[in-house]
Amino acid sequence: PPQMRGPRSKALPDRALVNCQYSMATFSTGERKRRPHGDRKSSEMTLHLKQTFEAAILTELYPRSQIDIYVQILQADGGNYCACVNAATLAVIDAGIPMRDYVCASSAGFVEDTALADLSYVEEASGGPQAALALLPTSGQIALLQMDSRLHEDHLEAIIEAASGACRAVHAVLDRVVRDHVQEVTALLGD
Amino acid sequence: QVWQIRVDLHLLNHDGNIVDAASIAGIVALCHFRRPDVSVQGEEVTVYSPEERDPVPLSIHHMPICVSFAFFQQGTYLLVDPSEREERVMDGLLVIAMNKHREICTIQSSGGIMLLKDQVLRCSKITAVKVAEITELIQKALENDQKVRKEGGKFGFAESIPNQKITAFKMESAAVDTNSVEEQAEEIISKADPPSEVFAKPILHTPGTAQIGEGIENSWGDLEESEREEAAEEEGESDATAFECQRMETEDTSMMSKAKDEPIVLSDSEEEEVVILEPQEVPKKTR
Repeated sequence: PPQMRGPRSKALPDRALVNCQYSMATFSTGERKRRPHGDRKSSEMTLHLKQTFEAAILTELYPRSQIDIYVQILQADGGNYCACVNAATLAVIDAGIPMRDYVCASSAGFVEDTALADLSYVEEASGGPQAALALLPTSGQIALLQMDSRLHEDHLEAIIEAASGACRAVHAVLDRVVRDHVQEVTALLGD
Repeated sequence: QVWQIRVDLHLLNHDGNIVDAASIAGIVALCHFRRPDVSVQGEEVTVYSPEERDPVPLSIHHMPICVSFAFFQQGTYLLVDPSEREERVMDGLLVIAMNKHREICTIQSSGGIMLLKDQVLRCSKITAVKVAEITELIQKALENDQKVRKEGGKFGFAESIPNQKITAFKMESAAVDTNSVEEQAEEIISKADPPSEVFAKPILHTPGTAQIGEGIENSWGDLEESEREEAAEEEGESDATAFECQRMETEDTSMMSKAKDEPIVLSDSEEEEVVILEPQEVPKKTR
């Protein structure tokens, strides 16, 4: 859960610092993973998360403070990064930190001329091209786009489309969950 | 038993966009490399030294080349292949790796920049063009090198140094062009006579720093020299009613003739005293 802290040595004078950490539980993958942190892949994911959220959170409202986002993967079944982004979005909203928009993420891939959205582990491991996309649904702005492996340029649009569609669906779900939760809470508090 | 190939990249001169340079260097090195020939007979493996048999090149399927795009001002401006100065001030970076068959090998958008889908598509088209050019250059260079080797001429790294092909010891620093900015500022100031419900927006700059983008009009009333100097130089958080104070060498007379009831420049400096002559608007941050 994100939290705010007082000023630190690397505090930025005019906005909040976003600190992320991405770690995988040892039981999350098929074989027991030995090192949850400090992995090269982890640090890369961390950096991506940090950049995505720095762009999405209104950091100018909290100068000289720090927002920490810790994400831990319990089960890595494809789309790790995307699940992290969605979870962190919910956490930030729950903490009441203002953001520009929901950040929804989804992975997308391409198998035999069809674009697939939200790949599972099996689909990812099959070795086709795959992309991760983090989107701000209402404005349609892409916060992060990352793809490895070969993909023909013409298919790029299709894959982005698929991912955007999935992100919008995720956004609908997140939105509904948040609203229901807020309703519940206010009802309980009201009594 | 397999061969293990290791590519070490050493950065000699960082003038921006190392990703692109590194990708080109890496792939060309792999193309250029020759490994010792091997023959396998049943269980026996014989590795021939370069004297016995000519080394064979690696089999490269395709040559992915990275192209980087720097974004400025929330996506309004796009620069291909940013230099170091441009990299420092950019908002975000987009890297696309493509090969000459127009297959995208990698896309990575980093930095806090928000992109639109058609921007990404446009970038990929630009990348296709650039990659075609670069691949051609690479091919030519490789052929050249092969020719030279056959003819027994000099080649290789040691040769390129004195020609300054690889290392550049001196480079003229491209001056950031602030001259036109200053003229523009003067123009706008001299035109901005009538009372300002409409706030004109010149591009002001203090010596040494160029401010690109929207500055906000200094509507000076009769502020004297001393008070002007007191006002801070840093940018604060500005809304429509708070203005930045900046020292301008050029303006003076054209400003003085303005009406008195114009809003006065305020600043959000925490340290220096800000003199409010006409307290029409109260600054938001009054620390």
